[in-house]
Amino acid sequence: MSQETVLKLENLAISYKTRKRVIDAVRDVSFTIQRGENLGLVGESGCGKSTVAYSIVNFLGPNGFVRNGNIIFKGEPLQNRPERELRRLRGADISMVYQEPMSALNPTMRIQDQMAESLIAHRGISKKEAYGEVLEALKRVYMPDAEGTMTRYPHQLSGGQQQRVLIAMALLNNPSLLIMDEPTTALDVTVEAAVLDLIAELQEQFQTATLYISHNMGVVARVSHKVAVMYAGEIVELSDAKTIFHRPLHPYTMGLMKCLPDVDAPKGTRKLHPITGRVPAPDQLPNGCIFSPRCEFAQTGCFETHPILREIENGHQVRCLRADEWLGEKRIWSGEDIGEPCVERAGESTQQLLSLDKIKVYYPIPFKTVRGFFGLEKREYVRAVDGISLQIKKGRTLGVVGESGCGKSSVARAIVGLEAIYSGKMDFLGLDISKPLNKRNIATIRQMQMVFQDPNSVLNPSYCVGDQIAFTLKRFRTVARDQIQTEVERLLCAVKLDESYYYRMPRQLSGGEKQRIGIARAIASNPALLICDEPVSALDVSVQAAILNLLLEIQTSQDTTMILISHDLSTVRFFSDDVAVMYLGKIMEIGDCESIYQPPYHPYTAALLAAVPRPNPDLQATHVRLYGRVPSAVHPPSGCRFHTRCPFKIGEICETEEPMLRNLGGNHYIACHLSDDEMNHIIP
Amino acid sequence: MTIQSTTNPEIHSKPSAPFDLGFRVSQTWKKIREFLELIWASPTAMIGLAIVLIWVFLAIFAPLLTKYSPLEQDYKFINKPPTADHILGTDHLGRDVFSRLLFGARTILLLGPVSVFVALLIGIMLGLPAGYYNGWIDETIMRILDAFMAFPTILLYMIIISALGPSPLNVVIAISIGGTPGIARLVRALTMDIRTREYVKAAKLRGDSDFVIMVREILPNCRGPLIVDFLMRVGYAAFYIGTLGFLGLGLPPPTPDWGGMVQEGHTRMTANIWPVLSATLAIVSLVIGLNLFADGLREESMRYQ
Repeated sequence: MSQETVLKLENLAISYKTRKRVIDAVRDVSFTIQRGENLGLVGESGCGKSTVAYSIVNFLGPNGFVRNGNIIFKGEPLQNRPERELRRLRGADISMVYQEPMSALNPTMRIQDQMAESLIAHRGISKKEAYGEVLEALKRVYMPDAEGTMTRYPHQLSGGQQQRVLIAMALLNNPSLLIMDEPTTALDVTVEAAVLDLIAELQEQFQTATLYISHNMGVVARVSHKVAVMYAGEIVELSDAKTIFHRPLHPYTMGLMKCLPDVDAPKGTRKLHPITGRVPAPDQLPNGCIFSPRCEFAQTGCFETHPILREIENGHQVRCLRADEWLGEKRIWSGEDIGEPCVERAGESTQQLLSLDKIKVYYPIPFKTVRGFFGLEKREYVRAVDGISLQIKKGRTLGVVGESGCGKSSVARAIVGLEAIYSGKMDFLGLDISKPLNKRNIATIRQMQMVFQDPNSVLNPSYCVGDQIAFTLKRFRTVARDQIQTEVERLLCAVKLDESYYYRMPRQLSGGEKQRIGIARAIASNPALLICDEPVSALDVSVQAAILNLLLEIQTSQDTTMILISHDLSTVRFFSDDVAVMYLGKIMEIGDCESIYQPPYHPYTAALLAAVPRPNPDLQATHVRLYGRVPSAVHPPSGCRFHTRCPFKIGEICETEEPMLRNLGGNHYIACHLSDDEMNHIIP
Repeated sequence: MTIQSTTNPEIHSKPSAPFDLGFRVSQTWKKIREFLELIWASPTAMIGLAIVLIWVFLAIFAPLLTKYSPLEQDYKFINKPPTADHILGTDHLGRDVFSRLLFGARTILLLGPVSVFVALLIGIMLGLPAGYYNGWIDETIMRILDAFMAFPTILLYMIIISALGPSPLNVVIAISIGGTPGIARLVRALTMDIRTREYVKAAKLRGDSDFVIMVREILPNCRGPLIVDFLMRVGYAAFYIGTLGFLGLGLPPPTPDWGGMVQEGHTRMTANIWPVLSATLAIVSLVIGLNLFADGLREESMRYQ
């Protein structure tokens, strides 16, 4: 690696003017990125990561400005340059890849035209030449059917392909500095894995200096050489990736790693360590060490002295007063000591709670022609769920995993009755629940509740949170009328909040708190079955851990049966007794948790497992990768639905014959044409 | 859109004991204070509100502010320019223009909000189910409303008034009918958005009836845009009441009515411009005031989304 400094930030401080005051969003940030180096900038949301990135390209918006410090790009300061000069740099020598590929591409322009734009603008070459280079660039990012992609519009590409286009576009002018702002956060894990492979490979090939922003330690471990951990506008730890992951010295960095569920640890062996509290607002920073209110190792001195970022060992900078202690004898971090085992589950009953028999959830496609409107054409359906059978025993937890669009949420909605089923039978405690919600009786409705995904829409903004829980209590007459307030109070305490939350409005709460209220509301009716639809995927990692611990506690203490819908295999392993892997409306593999995470694997499960980003930079990239997108559920592929993307496809049989679920011992079933032996040898 | 606080939501300033009734009252007060802060934060809304409040003040205290009755005719003073006695002069029947202006404000400030309020009620009743159920209920309601919208507004008013005859009640009916389709469309659009929120699913999962979901879960969250729309429409209503008056379809004479004043005065404009000018400026200022207020409110409440 050549030692050519591309970007150097010196004591950078960025502020935003608001109506009332000037807010210091970023303070005293210094780091350098060399040619060929990838610096990962990690931290929870609201820590100022994106602000740093935007300051480099001067995109801070009308009210943001660099208050102090220098941004030095290739030896020359970037601030105070005229806009014209900056415009010449952006897109040519400094490029950026954004989080939302769909909104970063212009939906009205063909891919070739929007990509050629930056070439024509910066290098003044002809359109024809530009198209040639665009094609080259698309091939470099392994775009399937690069020629065809040229003339398509963004909406005709999948999310992963769009992100590839953006990366290709960013690399077009061979920039010296590439800024990537959470480029894979909006993508499915399988797609994310492929894009990360690509980023790592291009990194090697082009030697571009990269600033990689992410909240996910696992992702950073895959691509970055150096890691800077940001907390509330300051860098708290900066070092090379290996040191950070094996020997973190700042409690915040340790916290970020301890709160991740580990895909390699079976259920019940670990308890997650959430970081308590939340990132302070930039205008309400605590005295002393800014992390001290949330730090479990804080001592009296921490609350008074603001530590400086100091080099503790070669190239390892930490902003912590007690860092020397961690370095010396009193090691508080080791890879194995991530968490303590949680309590073993109580004995399980064998009583069947819920059984689904070949249920189908079809969504009709609106007719596009007049003939169709008059019923002269055959109705077409999106086959979101296409014949699924499964059973859940009382007290067990079933995890349902798959990429987005595989129908896992539709199953959940069908069970609770939010979606009518097309055909099939559902049986709940001996009752037939094949009818949708408005035809079920209130006693049945009460037994099944749901925890939702999006904390911002889970609570009605018009009512205080206590009232919203009380609505449920009143409706189901769970407790006597005069007991309602006491019961709400009890529920708030059960989700680790306190009674003072009763009169808070939803907008006064953080995402994690809203999700807790959502859980309190769901358990208010004391349901027999609780369905959690991606309960933590919209939350920060540190908060995720707390919510998962809470759900696990409810599960153990109340013996509630749960269904967890998730795209994240680590979460599912942490949480579930049984796992069902879904692809395109079908179950590919089902069984108890341990058999799923061990060979024999279904090729799809193996690909999902291989895609999970692990916070360990020593792990080599694995080989089972999926490309392309999930095919349309209107006309699913014939035979095995996975054959279009399967890396282990045998041949014709996969295209013509649909594999049935077959038993591989115990209650482990796999739907695949591969032999047992072959499946035993798949390494994810 | 919700009316958002300009103060930092992170501060939970009330650690006081929960479950006391006084707390709810103080919460309501807090909401009102936040609303006022919101208006205070926007110069546009402040100016608009000031103009509107001036007219409200003049209308309420009209009998105290002028010594003449709006109907009192004085044949010795016909078409006179402003004097100390008649600060805006007199009209062709010798009535005090200033007095007619103030009493005219009373009618317009009463009829405008009332008719828009009626339109709002009907619009909500039609828009909520249309947006919530979709399908044929939506089609039926919206196609009927489309038929109403197909008429040019003023033509629709003229048809209704000429069928029912000019009277304050019929003006209210006409403007309510004319305003309903627009409000229903707005409510429908908001409902279609809000109905996909997860708290609505949660309400379904506790078996709440559709009516309860529409009224308790959806409607309160439409209030932001509806308040802004209401204010705008009151402005337009004032405008249309004036127009109807000018066309002779407003309030029957001799009721003091701004539109009527313009209509009666415009043929004598060269002789005496004051009745026409003051009535026109009155309409313009009221409409501008309401629009500024609504605009400022919308901008300010959107800013922190």
